[in-house]
Amino acid sequence: MATAGPTLVVRGLKTHFFTRAGQVKAVDDVSFEVGRGEIMGLVGESGSGKTVTGFSILGLVDPPGRVVAGEVLFNGENLVGLDEERMRRLRGDRIAMIFQDPMMTLNPVLRIDTQMIETVQAHREVDHAEARRLARDALGRVGIPSPDERLKAYPHQFSGGMRQRVAIAIALLNRPDLIIADEPTTALDVTIQGQILYEAQKLCRESGTAMIWITHDLAVVAGLAERICVMYAGRIVEQGAIDGVLDRPVHPYTRGLIGSVPSHNPRDGGRGGRLFQIPGMTPSLLSLPPGCAFRERCPRADDACAVDPEITRPLAGREVRCFHPHLETAA
Amino acid sequence: MTVFIIRRLMQSAIVVLVMSLLVFVGVNIVGDPVDMMVNPEADQSEIERVKREFGLDRPVHEQYGLFVYNALHGDLGKSFKFGVPALKLIVQRMPATLELAVAALLLAIVMGIPLGVYAGLKPDSLAAKSIMAGSILGFSLPTFWVGIMLIMVVAVMLGWLPSTGRGDTVEVLGLHLSFLTLDGLSHLLLPAINLSLFKLSLVIRLARAGTREVIHQDYIKFARAKGLAESRVVLVHVLKNIMIPVVTVLGLEFGGLIAFSVVTETVFAWPGMGKLIIDSIRELDRPVVVAYLMIVVLMFVVINLVVDIVYSLLDPRVRIQDVKS
Amino acid sequence: MTAQADDIRLAEVAAPAKAETPLRRFVAEFTESKLASGAFLVFLVIAFVAVFAPWIAPTDPYDLATVTVMDARLPPGAESLDGRIFWLGTDGAGRDLLSAIMYGLRISLGVGVMSGLIAMLIGSLVGLTAAYYGGRVDTVIMRIVDIQLSFPAILVALVLLAILGKGVDKILVALVTVQWAYYARTIRASALVERSREYVEAATCLALGHRRILLHHLLPNCLPPLIVVVTVQTAHAISLEATLSFLGIGLPITEPSLGLLIANGFDYMLSLKYWISVYPGVALLVTIVAINLVGDRLRDVLNPRLQR
Repeated sequence: MATAGPTLVVRGLKTHFFTRAGQVKAVDDVSFEVGRGEIMGLVGESGSGKTVTGFSILGLVDPPGRVVAGEVLFNGENLVGLDEERMRRLRGDRIAMIFQDPMMTLNPVLRIDTQMIETVQAHREVDHAEARRLARDALGRVGIPSPDERLKAYPHQFSGGMRQRVAIAIALLNRPDLIIADEPTTALDVTIQGQILYEAQKLCRESGTAMIWITHDLAVVAGLAERICVMYAGRIVEQGAIDGVLDRPVHPYTRGLIGSVPSHNPRDGGRGGRLFQIPGMTPSLLSLPPGCAFRERCPRADDACAVDPEITRPLAGREVRCFHPHLETAA
Repeated sequence: MTVFIIRRLMQSAIVVLVMSLLVFVGVNIVGDPVDMMVNPEADQSEIERVKREFGLDRPVHEQYGLFVYNALHGDLGKSFKFGVPALKLIVQRMPATLELAVAALLLAIVMGIPLGVYAGLKPDSLAAKSIMAGSILGFSLPTFWVGIMLIMVVAVMLGWLPSTGRGDTVEVLGLHLSFLTLDGLSHLLLPAINLSLFKLSLVIRLARAGTREVIHQDYIKFARAKGLAESRVVLVHVLKNIMIPVVTVLGLEFGGLIAFSVVTETVFAWPGMGKLIIDSIRELDRPVVVAYLMIVVLMFVVINLVVDIVYSLLDPRVRIQDVKS
Repeated sequence: MTAQADDIRLAEVAAPAKAETPLRRFVAEFTESKLASGAFLVFLVIAFVAVFAPWIAPTDPYDLATVTVMDARLPPGAESLDGRIFWLGTDGAGRDLLSAIMYGLRISLGVGVMSGLIAMLIGSLVGLTAAYYGGRVDTVIMRIVDIQLSFPAILVALVLLAILGKGVDKILVALVTVQWAYYARTIRASALVERSREYVEAATCLALGHRRILLHHLLPNCLPPLIVVVTVQTAHAISLEATLSFLGIGLPITEPSLGLLIANGFDYMLSLKYWISVYPGVALLVTIVAINLVGDRLRDVLNPRLQR
């Protein structure tokens, strides 16, 4: 039951890890909103902090990490610092998460029906038979054939694509208001990926469920999401409507990302040209220099970038953290 | 699956055969074969008579054949001391030993798993560290010494429990069991605790290691993400994953319990097979020794076989099933 | 690997390695645990006592001339007829318990360590052979090792002693038989890992003899897990010998180990003359626990998987 207004509002979220080697600012002042029924893509390289953002929303950050600042307003209620029992009741019921590797997220020694039924019974008073029926229906909705038999099976008896569908089914069981999907199709081959993307879109449209789709693959996000947030070194460097960002990227990093997608690299009549690459490597979050984290690799960086850039709105509906955004017309 | 069972059966049969050969060789070639049959105090003519009667003047392989033949018919010689068939003697004492071993196993499981899981969930707590320190003591302390200490402190100084012997028994299905009477239980408790100590430490360490490994897995995080109560996460998701290695090890170790009861039975004067074998070794009652060895070896092989089969049934990943896709 | 761990792992930077030898690093890590360091010191003390017992014990408890039954069963701290103090009391025959314990330690530790060394030699040879030659040799050897290991130590010892009878050499045989299989299996495992490493291929190419490769190249790299097994097995051997002696089928009375002392004292427990059993027991206990603690710590330090 969503209230009017955005399903999720994240403001100034900071999640830090206090390791022996030093403090890691995995999520450093992240803010965004996800409206009802909206699909938002959270894009970034490995180590950019996108997965930790997802865990932070759910309150599943393990020590030595914890959320140190910010608010996460879910249907108006702040999840940061919420008491554990209330949080537990929201998890799996109002907010669901789909993990990246389904083989490891399903318990190998428990049957599928056990793992699905317990999800229902943890949140509602239903008897076993009813819960089982719900599970069977969910499996059917994600396109798994002969769901009755499949319920009795163990995870290792499924193929990768099937397992991920099961994970999606589990996420849908209690009809949540928000689904956080962390690279759910990365481990699957392209055809399955396409099917799952299509089904995800359909489900959100039909049920009004909001979704955050975390990925490093721009191509996936392009066909799926309505808004996009680009993360780098724990910060969101650019966010806005998907078409706008992809057609006219403003932050140099976003530009670099889009530029390195092979289909964006027609050079001198097509094949054989060198692919564009962003120079340098993702910085270690332990030894981040002060100022803009992208400085070392940015072709437009200068002394002004030695200070943390604030969020600016150079275009309508677009936010960016940069002193030298690309404001010229699309190249 | 059946191929697997058949293969294991054959291996077990070979092991038993080899053991019987070893025992036979050991007693008849390393020791004096006549001692096997004859009272140590017999005179020369008696020895000659026995030799002829038992075919000890026959070639060795014939003797072995006779030994095996007799064994398969349940005849493993007569005890010198008691004059009754050795096999019967041992079988009479078996229930007492089994009762002790099972009690010890149950204690180890019932106490060990909760303690180990707790130590795995909160490894830095004082309780967990004490549990681990205790477990080191548990398998370092020689069983016989702990037994002595238990008797001294609990039975003699505090007088809470009787110090030796077995209590009243009740006959169930032809077996005499003592845990069904209060007196029997009070006699059973100390020896069972003593025997279980070693296994308890083992179970604690296994449970702790298993818990520590499992608790960081993604599927546990996922279970929490589904909003399951923490108690369910631990009791169902974690526990089921650590049960498999724990049960396997325990199954294999059960045989060890039976062997180790030798010590506990001696300390507590518990009338089981173990005490019998020690007395027999000391008093040179060879037929009983041979019979005991053969029986225990057989038990071992059977236990190992059963554990192998049960393990393959327990772990669904090992089972090969058809998947209709 | 968990998704969250991936994020952190990429972010952490390895601190630059200090210039230090492996040995120094090993010692530093080992001594991080006060408990293990303390245990090691205790063990050194015990070893010292065991080796020098004849010289540092207050009396020779087995010299019949100095022992009289008039001193029997005196509690700790009591005085003998000629003014000496029995710090830990006397046993049923009037022997000074402190001295008896020192001599007992000597025998228990001696038998335990010696059987361990012999077992290690035999086990290592067998394990190395199995790993090096591989194939059928390996399969057959490991089958034997597995079967032997599936029987509990005490049973194997019982079987052997029932057949062989009493005597120090028989006990040694029993203890060695019980232990060699662990060594064989451990060495074989390490050797298999090492065998596939390049330096062995190189040595083989140079046509060095089999024996040379085994002894000079494979063996030194298998040492770390071996050291751990040695400590644990030695503790077990000492415990097993004490148990066997206690049961009356172990060392003969001429070689009174701690187990025998404890057995002798058992009869006096009910009359509360506890010291005759308890003190030898404590000595045994401390020895075994010290060795086990050291072995535990060694295992943690030498285990590559637990490196943080």
